[in-house]
Amino acid sequence: MDHVNWIHNIPFFSIFLAMFCGIITPLIKNGYTAWKVHTTMLMIVSVMSVLLLVNVYENNETFTFMMGHFPAPWGNELRAGPLEALMAVTFSIVMLLTTAGGREFIFHDVVAEKQNLYFIMLNAIFGGMLALVYTNDMFTAYVFIEILTIVSCAMIAAKGTAQSMVSTTHYLVISLLGSGLLLLGMSILYSITGHLLFPQMKEAIVALAATKDYTFPLLVVSGFMFIGLAIKSALFPFHSMLPGAYQAAIPTSSGILSGLVLKSYIILVIKLVYAVFSPDVMLKLKIVDILFVFGLAGMVMGSVYAMCETRMKRMLAYSSVAQIGYIYMGIGLNSRIGMAAACFHILAHAITKTMLFVCCGQMVEDSGGKEQIFYLKGAAHKNKLAGIGFTVGAFSMVGVPLFAGFVSKMYFATASVYAPGKMAAVLIVLGISMVLNALYFLPSVIAIWTPVKEQERTQKEPISPLFRFSVVLFIVLNITLGIFYRPVIEVIEKGIILLQ
Amino acid sequence: MSHLLINYYEAASVILFGIGFMNLLLQNNLIKKFIGLNIMDTAVYLFLAAKGYITGRVAPILTNGILESEYYINPVPAGLVLTGIVVSVSVTAFSLALVQRLYKHYGTLNMDEIMHLSREREGE
Repeated sequence: MDHVNWIHNIPFFSIFLAMFCGIITPLIKNGYTAWKVHTTMLMIVSVMSVLLLVNVYENNETFTFMMGHFPAPWGNELRAGPLEALMAVTFSIVMLLTTAGGREFIFHDVVAEKQNLYFIMLNAIFGGMLALVYTNDMFTAYVFIEILTIVSCAMIAAKGTAQSMVSTTHYLVISLLGSGLLLLGMSILYSITGHLLFPQMKEAIVALAATKDYTFPLLVVSGFMFIGLAIKSALFPFHSMLPGAYQAAIPTSSGILSGLVLKSYIILVIKLVYAVFSPDVMLKLKIVDILFVFGLAGMVMGSVYAMCETRMKRMLAYSSVAQIGYIYMGIGLNSRIGMAAACFHILAHAITKTMLFVCCGQMVEDSGGKEQIFYLKGAAHKNKLAGIGFTVGAFSMVGVPLFAGFVSKMYFATASVYAPGKMAAVLIVLGISMVLNALYFLPSVIAIWTPVKEQERTQKEPISPLFRFSVVLFIVLNITLGIFYRPVIEVIEKGIILLQ
Repeated sequence: MSHLLINYYEAASVILFGIGFMNLLLQNNLIKKFIGLNIMDTAVYLFLAAKGYITGRVAPILTNGILESEYYINPVPAGLVLTGIVVSVSVTAFSLALVQRLYKHYGTLNMDEIMHLSREREGE
């Protein structure tokens, strides 16, 4: 081994580092030290991921990394290209900012002697998300999905209240139904194709689809796998676990779960579409049309539920349901530009929703723990930065130009032009959904900025420097992504072409 | 129909999967719910194990010096089943711990009742 390409080791090393930090964290008794270890790990991973992104983008390449000593068609593999690297960069930066901005919630809401255990969960969840982004074989994906399931439930339960226990059980049951379906689908697919690695599976599936004898088994398998993943990523009819869980959990957990963990399942869906089932076979299997219809339904219904909601965190959870609907709608268009729009929306939603949860959590805390929008009147005056962050997030979700959410909606509309049968449906539902978004986000923005009595206005809450740092950076990121979106879209498009 | 009889292992495992799935989804008693989860997972392991076995061959452990692959069964599904068992054990342990906490709080194992009680307490 005279020549080692260090760049090619980055995907494995990032996952390994996250898991290793998870292992050593129980030895650290102090929560603050555990936070420092976690932050250092995230910084190292984000720097490495940026290096990886620059490298694969400039060389226009994707590579596979063999884990263990068994070459393909056996063994486990990781694979990285521009799309995967971009997702890893976003995940690590968003995670860094969320844990920085939401640090006080963790130390406030978790029992003192268990704070270090919370950081094990954060490390494990980060490692699991990276593994789902980079994986190139089916069973690794399944194992890390189960790790993510357990860890997400532990993060919801971390608050320790009875209510959080109930919502954790609900979340756990629904997630397990999803992973059960996925596991059965995977096993049947393995028995049909005889492989577990994505490239070999794709070869076998394309050959099987050409013979036309296996249309029905492939339909069943793709149904199990995609519906399983749709359940796990809370696509519309399967969203019932989200509101309770996000309401009961610490704002930091809610932000990470809705902004990042749900997205990592969707990235697996995108990888399955391109690297396993191939877009041509997907077109024949019709499963994308089902995802498309569910996505459209979710865009409208999520917003309608959010409008009926009086509690802020539940409203944000329902808004997540609507945004997941957008992403699945983009996947359902089954075109490259639709997929690029979906990927961009993953990024936009990740940076927006985490910021919304952190700011909302801060305002709720300043208002004495009451989270009905009625009690949050004038909350933004107590903590101006949280108010500004919430407003920017709301504008981005509604799709006001100059913010990140606008770009993805524009690309969804553009993508619909290239999908003739679906154009009318996409444009109409996109319009309705944006109006609905505005109808529930703007009243809450108006409510938090409502002028209050003079003596209440003077009692300002202290803003911690970390919170300030994280929210300012979130806002800058959001606006940057909303104005200079061209390079990001180029990276995504190159990544999708290389993924095929 | 004849396909079902030839592949009776697979048919049985899919039926078991259905039973487990509906139990996990619809059962109100939390303990029975997670028993459903175990039935569901075990059904998949039966499916995998059945797929890995080839009649007349033995497990791939080298004892009598035969190196031809035709003598042995496919070891990969067995590896998958082992990994799967580890996963389902940890999920079961976690869920039972949760059920225990819930029972201490609410004094019942009925999910509907627990949901009802939690909503009532939240309303207070």
